[in-house]
Amino acid sequence: MQEGLDDGPDFLSEEDRGPRAVNVDLQTDATLQVDISDALSERDKVKFTVHTKSTLPNFKQNEFSVVRQHEEFIWLHDSFVENEEYAGYIIPPAPPKPDFDASREKLQKLGEGEGSMTKEEFTKMKQELEAEYLAIFKKTVAMHEVFLCRVAAHPVLRKDLNFHVFLEYNQDLSVRGKNKKEKLEDFFKNVVKSADGVLVAGVKDVDDFFEHEKTFLLEYHNRVKDASAKSDRMISKNAFCVWPSVNGVKSLTCFLFCSLINRFFLKVSELFEKTRKIEARVAADEDLKLADLLKYYLRESQAAKDLLYRRGRALADYENANKALDKARAKNKDVLQAETTQQVCCQKFEKISESAKQELIDFKTRRVAAFRKNLVELAELELKHAKGNLQLLQSCLGVLKGDT
Amino acid sequence: SNDAENTAAHHRNTLQFNTYSHRKQLFSVCVTLSEATEEVSLDSPERQPILSDGPSPVITPVTPVMISSRADVFDRSPDQDEDEEENRDTFDIQISVSDPEKVGDGMNAYMVYKVLTKTSLSIFSRDEVCVKRRFSDFLGLHSKLASKYMHMGYIVPPAPEKSIVGMTKVKVGKEDLSSVEFVEKRRSALERYLLRTVKHPALLKDPDVLQFLESSELPRAVSTQALSGAGILRMVNKAADAVNKMTIKMNESDAWFEEKQQQFENLDVQLRKLHASVESLVCHRKELSVNTASFAKSAAMLGNSEDHTALSRALSQLAEVEEKIDQLHQDQACADFYLISELLGDYVRLITAVKGVFDQRMKTWAKCQDAQVMLQRKREAEAKLQHANKPDKLQQAKDEIREWEGKVQQGERDFEQISKNIRREVGRFEKDRVKDFRVVIIKYLESLVHTQQQMIKYWEAFLPEAKAIA
Repeated sequence: MQEGLDDGPDFLSEEDRGPRAVNVDLQTDATLQVDISDALSERDKVKFTVHTKSTLPNFKQNEFSVVRQHEEFIWLHDSFVENEEYAGYIIPPAPPKPDFDASREKLQKLGEGEGSMTKEEFTKMKQELEAEYLAIFKKTVAMHEVFLCRVAAHPVLRKDLNFHVFLEYNQDLSVRGKNKKEKLEDFFKNVVKSADGVLVAGVKDVDDFFEHEKTFLLEYHNRVKDASAKSDRMISKNAFCVWPSVNGVKSLTCFLFCSLINRFFLKVSELFEKTRKIEARVAADEDLKLADLLKYYLRESQAAKDLLYRRGRALADYENANKALDKARAKNKDVLQAETTQQVCCQKFEKISESAKQELIDFKTRRVAAFRKNLVELAELELKHAKGNLQLLQSCLGVLKGDT
Repeated sequence: SNDAENTAAHHRNTLQFNTYSHRKQLFSVCVTLSEATEEVSLDSPERQPILSDGPSPVITPVTPVMISSRADVFDRSPDQDEDEEENRDTFDIQISVSDPEKVGDGMNAYMVYKVLTKTSLSIFSRDEVCVKRRFSDFLGLHSKLASKYMHMGYIVPPAPEKSIVGMTKVKVGKEDLSSVEFVEKRRSALERYLLRTVKHPALLKDPDVLQFLESSELPRAVSTQALSGAGILRMVNKAADAVNKMTIKMNESDAWFEEKQQQFENLDVQLRKLHASVESLVCHRKELSVNTASFAKSAAMLGNSEDHTALSRALSQLAEVEEKIDQLHQDQACADFYLISELLGDYVRLITAVKGVFDQRMKTWAKCQDAQVMLQRKREAEAKLQHANKPDKLQQAKDEIREWEGKVQQGERDFEQISKNIRREVGRFEKDRVKDFRVVIIKYLESLVHTQQQMIKYWEAFLPEAKAIA
């Protein structure tokens, strides 16, 4: 019952080898397999070892590894977004930046307060904080891995040149983070996009499928955002609802040690130590299966919205081109040019529409599968821990009651 | 089944912890205080003419105190144990405080509680008595008991704390959850207070206690502001501080007292820390409940917007599960609070009373020392007068010497007595403490068991729904 109690969340457990289906359900493809085989956390950055196995002729070898940092992942993601060719696909969302600040701060505070607590207390707290750090670390590795796997699984994106460079080039990609000017540009681009997005969303689509998808996604995205925030709050609060920590347990023990019957209260304090560990596992598992799931689909639904936006944009361009062509024909001026523009727009729009349709259908399939998997696992883990807790409590109670 | 257990045990005192739940009462906790009583008839407290407010009832005869040597003044002599066995069967009393009622309006309003006493003890005039009492009545009772018994080394259970904020809300007529909770918290505290008081063999027989429990009319306790439980203890502690600041340092020849005092100091510190932790746990759990409810709503909304039917249904089910879990959290918070937190709070105050009693002993010792000093002076004065030819003054001096000799003897007797009383009181206290906590912790663990069983039920119901997503 208590096996693995001291491990962090088993993100990289055996069951997740092979198709990396941590939050998403992916098709395996033997011709290109990517994973993060190792990771190193240094002072203020994390170094991921990206490991590739491939039978594709594009690569020099069949198996190789490179070291990459977070910024390089972002560079890759942005290169997809900026590529017009990929306008018709849902671009896998970029992994979030590794954030160890909170954890590091706590460890630092612990170090400062070392003098004021006993050696035992210090060791216990240190272990807890280290486990927390490890859990965050494992999570960020998984997030980066999922991104790569999504790309590798995508029939078109996996062929992207930048992707291959990313996987194979064993030097630093010299990708600097965006400077202030570029960040400002991004900001304005987003503002324009949102304003535009509102306009585009307002236009009713001729195609029922897309009209439905648009309505659905807008609402869904907002609700996932809300659910994600609320689940975060709930789960982090759960972490506080444990019987008082080492100090508190010791106090209870001390208080009651001074009295005649020690055995009773010693058992109780042992019990609380164990249930505390289980509660920590519960919080970690809930975080993994529920909170992370929602966060991921928040990002994915945003990516899907972006796709719809691009299509909407293409549709608007197409319609404008049509109007321009009519005008040109009416005036009998620059007709050829207008015709060419119109054709280009038409092709672009139809190309996007076709792939978008498939992408959105795949998105739904993935989403349903991921939710199913995670909700089932969530329920199973909650049951496992509740049963573990129950057994501990009942066996302790049995002993205590008999111990008059 | 727990109720069955407890009604069967009719020799036990029962303390009802009724946790507040505005939906239904999930927990009815019986805390069994010590089954055994101390000797009831031996060593009746020596009554000094002490003033209590209100009509002074019959004063019980003073039994001569036996001055025994130190060796005998340990907790248990074979005689005492025997008497305990006898008295066990005759100690049977149940008290409940219930039905809070608001009387009056505005700032003059107050709550009245029904105090029901069921007993077979002969000192009570009836088997079952029901009276109405208000908070200041309880404070008045405590102040009388403290003034009568504390200086003799008896640990008088402290009354619940006053709360201006809490009461103002009630007076102003706010019917919100927090004032309802406040009244329930107070009701429960008053009940525990009375039960602890009657558990004390000497206090049980005290006429003020009997009057409190039985008489339909009680003279209004005056100046309870000054004489609230905390106020009394503060006075006592101030006196103790004054004693400590005096240059006379007590030579503690009795290692037992030194050891015990240190123990209680440590306990005080630890207990306060633990109490604070548990109070914050209660807060966190309440917040968790709020967050869970909020998430449940959010999950339901998400389920509504999900266009895959089976997934949508599963998400709605998830929302329902979380709602139920929210309720679990609320109930658990109640248990945390009423079982553990309040008990810890009671013991923080009790330990203060214990420490007060040790300080009383020091004060008694100081008084004894003072008397000895005076006696010495009187003797010196008399010696001087021997050589002066003033027969009147000499006689006076001799009289004074006799007077102070008497005082010294009395002082020594007092000191012996209070030391003996304290030893006995502390022994009883420690036994009670262990039993109190033991029972409460078992109840608490049972509440935790219940919570986990419910969790299992909910998630087991949800699992097939999740698996049904296709």
